[in-house]
Amino acid sequence: MKVLLAMSGGVDSSVAGALLLDAGHDVVGVTMKLWGGQSDTGCCSVSDVDDARRVAQQLDIDHLVFNFADDFDTHVVQPYVDAHALGVTPNPCIECNRHLKFDRLLGRADQLGFDAVATGHHARIGRSDDGRFTLERGADAAKDQSYVVHMLDQSALARTLFPVGHIDKAEVRRLAAERGLRTASKPDSQDVCFITSDGGRTAFLGDRIPFRRAKVVDTSGAVLGEVDAIETVTIGQRRGIGLPGGGPKRYVVDIDPVAATVVVGADDDLRRDHVDVEQLTWVDGPADGEVRVQASAHGATVTGHLVAGSPVAGVSHVRFDVAQRRIAPGQSVVFYDASNRRVLGGGVARR
Amino acid sequence: MGITYLDHAATTPMRAVAVEAMLPFFSERFANPSGSHRFARDARRAVDEARDEVADLLGVRPGEVVFTGCGTEADNAAIVGVGGLAVCPAAEHHAVLHPIEAHGGRVVGTDAAGHVDLDRLAAALADDVRVVSVMAVNNEVGTVTDLAAVAALIRERAPRALLHTDAVQAPSWLDLRAVAPMVDLMSLSAHKFGGPKGVGVLTVRDGVTLAPLLLGGGQERERRSGTHNVAGIVALAAALAETDTERDRETVRLAALRDRLVDALQSEIDGVVETVTRDRKVAGSAHVCLDGIESESLLFLLDEADVCASAASACASGAMEPSHVLAAMGVERSLAGGALRMSLGHTTTAADVDRAVDVITASVTRLRRAQVRR
Repeated sequence: MKVLLAMSGGVDSSVAGALLLDAGHDVVGVTMKLWGGQSDTGCCSVSDVDDARRVAQQLDIDHLVFNFADDFDTHVVQPYVDAHALGVTPNPCIECNRHLKFDRLLGRADQLGFDAVATGHHARIGRSDDGRFTLERGADAAKDQSYVVHMLDQSALARTLFPVGHIDKAEVRRLAAERGLRTASKPDSQDVCFITSDGGRTAFLGDRIPFRRAKVVDTSGAVLGEVDAIETVTIGQRRGIGLPGGGPKRYVVDIDPVAATVVVGADDDLRRDHVDVEQLTWVDGPADGEVRVQASAHGATVTGHLVAGSPVAGVSHVRFDVAQRRIAPGQSVVFYDASNRRVLGGGVARR
Repeated sequence: MGITYLDHAATTPMRAVAVEAMLPFFSERFANPSGSHRFARDARRAVDEARDEVADLLGVRPGEVVFTGCGTEADNAAIVGVGGLAVCPAAEHHAVLHPIEAHGGRVVGTDAAGHVDLDRLAAALADDVRVVSVMAVNNEVGTVTDLAAVAALIRERAPRALLHTDAVQAPSWLDLRAVAPMVDLMSLSAHKFGGPKGVGVLTVRDGVTLAPLLLGGGQERERRSGTHNVAGIVALAAALAETDTERDRETVRLAALRDRLVDALQSEIDGVVETVTRDRKVAGSAHVCLDGIESESLLFLLDEADVCASAASACASGAMEPSHVLAAMGVERSLAGGALRMSLGHTTTAADVDRAVDVITASVTRLRRAQVRR
């Protein structure tokens, strides 16, 4: 097959390239330039592009840079900022996968005559007995990234390859070292690529939206204090909300951006027996019944039930067997099958 | 089938005379021209003779020729070396634009062809302006500047200001003996006319003093310290001489090929917008914008078919940046996204042009079909 390999300059996509070549594919590497501003951890800094290009040279494949900065701004950065302004906690890496890697890049690959796009994600694509594509957790449970690629549907899965999904990270590094790839011991990237470590999220948002002070109240409405920027507060947060130490643990249990109010309460006040999920995508059509629910990239899963016949179109109602800490609106919620291996679909927690 | 190379504005293949001229300086004539023995004198003579030849080809005095490490260095040496308030149009090469912006200079608008807007330039000129930098030929769209008009405006509005021209794209198309008298400072780069990379020229009119960028051994009459790139300087002179000899004939030949290229593209493909009319630009420039096409996609398909062209300049990561030249010209961003710069040069043949037309037509057709399908 003719494969377009998305190369971030990291070890996973480097080894993915080597494995694709071993399998006899015709491979072209591409690094997407996504972010034009400051970056220290990101996948589009010049040194990461240099790493990607040098690995491509080692593998003797062509390497290109596609400038998708405009799309990244439209689909990832601006919505990230807008969400914070609305008191919602977005997941920009998932939006980047949804709009950039598996829409823009896949479309570009199609247009240029590639059969598939490959990435270094730790997730597995399989075929069921009836020939349908399945999306499963990566072989390395600790590095599994199925959560961040959950939006892939049959059409996208048919044109996507995850060459390192079936091996664990130690093996990826071993293969990289064995082949002398310069990224073999490069640390994994961790954080949102457009947020720098010196300024952090607060500085990034502060340059783009006005911060508003907000009252901090308890569940009875009694005012306990104030925060400087309601835009940086997240559901479940315990520190940095201007409350004195000592006493019982208190969490942010609700955010009302209109009334500029942050509600704090005890762990119990944070518990919910359900979550409503919107912007749904399904790997192979809508699921129902018992599912395993995951609401962060490497978080634990809990058992829930997808309740059929939601009163609001395009929204799934999930009921938990045991009440769970509230999932912050804006976070991605991913449904796995009862065995907790196979992705069924997912969406975004609704306010 | 070989490579169809239509990217001469990026770099043009080295001329055989230039390669040949360099070779002795990589072996027996290896010496440092600043030394005090016979081998040094031999190298010194080579630099002196090259300087005489270049001065003659440019219509300046030998003492007005300063050899530099590249065109960008020449631009910076002129702008930063003069010091004080600088003014340039928005469609300049980054080698001019960035130093002027970095030193708090003024950037003025252009017309729809990328030519400096003379009214806006006039408005930006005042007694405090020290240097005005206006390129002779635009590197992206090929527009030729009316330097006589710019010079006249400076004499009228800011008589104490110097005029610098980035003439890096000019030698293949313009007789520089006609350009040099209009300006005080002029930058050239050898690899744009068949010389090697890593050597350039700044002409500095007698009486103009520059603060040098590089301090050290005092070469080039204290204007550019650093051991001479003897091989590069000798090759630069050889390449410029051949370029000068061939210029009239090549301009006629390549204008005809350029017309054939653009005419064929316009008749074969819908939505081919010629960015600048041919009467305003150099013979080797064929710049078009393709409606509904993304340059990155088109260039990938051309590259796959061994056709080399370009779109705009690339940033440090290698990503193509939206063209600041087209933005200055007021070309809509969506149309500018389909920019295709084809630049012809001394090795271009009719077969190259015909093959490029076939490949570009097939590629655009394929991309448009893929868009409809999605």
